[in-house]
Amino acid sequence: MWPRRRFLAVLGSSAALPVAAQFRVEISGVGATQLPVVVASFRNADRAPLPIADVVRADLQRSGLFKATDALNALDERSVISAAEWRGRGADALVAGSVSKLADGRWDVRFKLWDTVKGEELLGQSKVVLEADLRLAAHRIADEVQQMLTGERGVNATRIAYVLRTGRRFTLHVTDADGEGGQVALASPEPIISPAWSPDGRELAYVSFESQKAVVWVQDVLSGERRMLANFRGTNSAPAFSPDGRELALTLSREGGSQLYVMPRAGGTPRRLTSSSAIDTEAAWSPDGSAIYFVSDRGGGPQVYRVAAGGGAAERVTFNGAYNISPTVSPDGRLLAYITRQGNGYRLMTLELASGTVTTLTDTQDDESPSFAPNGRLLVYATRQAGRDVLMTTTLDGKIKTRLLTSGADMREPAWGPFSR
Amino acid sequence: MTPKTAVSLATLVLAAALAGCGTTVPLNDVPVESRQTTPATGGTAAGGAGSKGTTAQSQVATVDLARGASETTPAARTIYFDFDSFIIKDDYKAVVEGHAKALAATRGKRLVVEGHTDERGGSEYNLALGQKRAEAVTRTLVLLGAADNQVEAVSFGKERPAVQGSDEAAWAKNRRAELKDR
Repeated sequence: MWPRRRFLAVLGSSAALPVAAQFRVEISGVGATQLPVVVASFRNADRAPLPIADVVRADLQRSGLFKATDALNALDERSVISAAEWRGRGADALVAGSVSKLADGRWDVRFKLWDTVKGEELLGQSKVVLEADLRLAAHRIADEVQQMLTGERGVNATRIAYVLRTGRRFTLHVTDADGEGGQVALASPEPIISPAWSPDGRELAYVSFESQKAVVWVQDVLSGERRMLANFRGTNSAPAFSPDGRELALTLSREGGSQLYVMPRAGGTPRRLTSSSAIDTEAAWSPDGSAIYFVSDRGGGPQVYRVAAGGGAAERVTFNGAYNISPTVSPDGRLLAYITRQGNGYRLMTLELASGTVTTLTDTQDDESPSFAPNGRLLVYATRQAGRDVLMTTTLDGKIKTRLLTSGADMREPAWGPFSR
Repeated sequence: MTPKTAVSLATLVLAAALAGCGTTVPLNDVPVESRQTTPATGGTAAGGAGSKGTTAQSQVATVDLARGASETTPAARTIYFDFDSFIIKDDYKAVVEGHAKALAATRGKRLVVEGHTDERGGSEYNLALGQKRAEAVTRTLVLLGAADNQVEAVSFGKERPAVQGSDEAAWAKNRRAELKDR
C-alpha cells in the first residue's frame, strides 16, 4: 500500500474517468457454476469518492466464479443477518460494510463476509487507507472474499501494463486488473511495444522506438528510473524476465536475423540461445525457468517451439494451423496460450501441453498479446471491437469475457503483473 | 527464397536477389498534384493582386515537424514488398543500385534501412518480418559495394504504417523498406 502511494506521487495520475462509466463488466457468456454472492452497497458509500461495493461486485463477477448482486435493503458490517432469509433469497454468501472518513483524511473501510449456507461469519475487517488507495482496498476485499469462498487467491489487487495509442502519442500505462486507476509510466511520440513485468512487480521491460529503432529498456515502476538494457546494432525486442528475475530473454538481430539471447537483468553481454537461419522471437519462460518457448518460422510459417534455457536443440510444440505466435505459459506450467491464424482472423487459443488438447477461447478476429493472470484463472488479451483496439479478459473456458474500460483510444500489448507490487 | 549467399559475383547475386516473383503492386502511383483550379464562377473576384499563380488563396500549407525528413523524396527511398515476401522486386533494382553506388563513392555516408510490414498479425513477429526485409536490402547494398559499417537494418514492424487503412491497397503501401540517411 505504501509503495503504491509513492507510485502515485511520482508518476502522477491520468485523467479520471467519470464514476458512472466505471463498472461495466461486459459478460459475454455464462459459466456453468457461479457462486451467488450478495454484495450490499456500503453504508456512507455516497460520501466516498468511490462506490466500494460496485468495485467488489465487478471484481467477483469478472473472476467467472461468482454471480454478484446488490442487496435490496440497507446493510452494513454491524447488521444482524438471518442466514436462512438470505439463503431463501438465493445467496450463498453475503458481504456488507461501511466506509467513513477519519479526521486525518484517511478512510476506514469495514466489511464482513457471511456464509449463509453454514450460517457463519467468515471474515470481519477494517482497513484504514489513503483516499488514493480506496480502489486498492476494494480490490483487496474482493480478493479476500474470493480466497475465503473458493480457497483460491484472487487477482483483483494485481496490475496490468498496456500501451495506449492516441494519434501519434504512445503511453505505457499501469492499471488495476479491472483496467481502472490507470497511471502513465512512459509517454513517447514513438511506438512502445511488448511490456514485460519483472517477477517482483518492481520493473517493466519494454521496447521503445524513441531513438528511431527498437531498443529494450527496463524501468523501475515506482521511481520512473530507466536504463537501456539492449541497444545493439539492428533490432532489440521481445524482452521476458526469467522466473527468478535474474535474467531476461530477448530477441536481437545484432548478428543478422532475429535470434534469441539471454542477458543479465543489470545488462551485459548477451548469450546467444538459438542459432538458426530463420526468425526466432517472442521468448516465454516456463514457470520453473528450465525451458523457453518461442516463435520460429524455421519450418516455413511461424510455430511455437521449446528450447532448454541453457540452449540446445529446439522441439516443435504447436502443430495445428499454419501461423501460431505469441506464446505464454500458465503459472502452473500446464497450458500454453497463443494466437493462431484461422482464415483471415487471429484467435486466442490454449494448448494443454501434456495432452495436446487445443481450445479456442474467442470468436473475435484480431486477438493479440495474451497474458495470464498470476493465479492462472484468467487471460488478458488485445482485440478489436467496433474499430477500436480494446483489452479483454477471459476465463480459460472462454465463457466469461469482460472488456477493460477504454477512454476511446486504442489499447494494446497487455501484460498482467505478478501478485506482488 | 534467398539463394544469394553462395554466389560471389556481385552482378549475379544482384540478379538473383532482384529476380522477384509474384505480382507487382501499383507502387508508383501518380502523386496528387497540389495545383488548385480556379473556381468556375467568378474566381478572381475576392483576390486581386496575388491571383496570378495556380495557388488558391485559401490554401494553408501544413508544416508537420513530426514527420520524418525522408518524406521529401519518398519514391527514390522506398522499396515495396509482396505479401509475406522479402524479395526485392525488379522495380526497385535501380533504387538499391543507386544507393549502393552513392555509399561506395562516399565512405563517410551512412544509411539506415527501416523494414515495415502491414498490420496483420502480431507486433513482435511483424517486427522480425520487417527486420528480414530491411536485412534483404542492406545485404544487397553491401554486395553492390557499400561497406558493412555504412548500413544498419532496423525494423518498425507494423508500428509505423505509411498509410492508414485495412485493405490490400493500404497493406501494399505499408509492406516496405525505407532508406534513410543517418
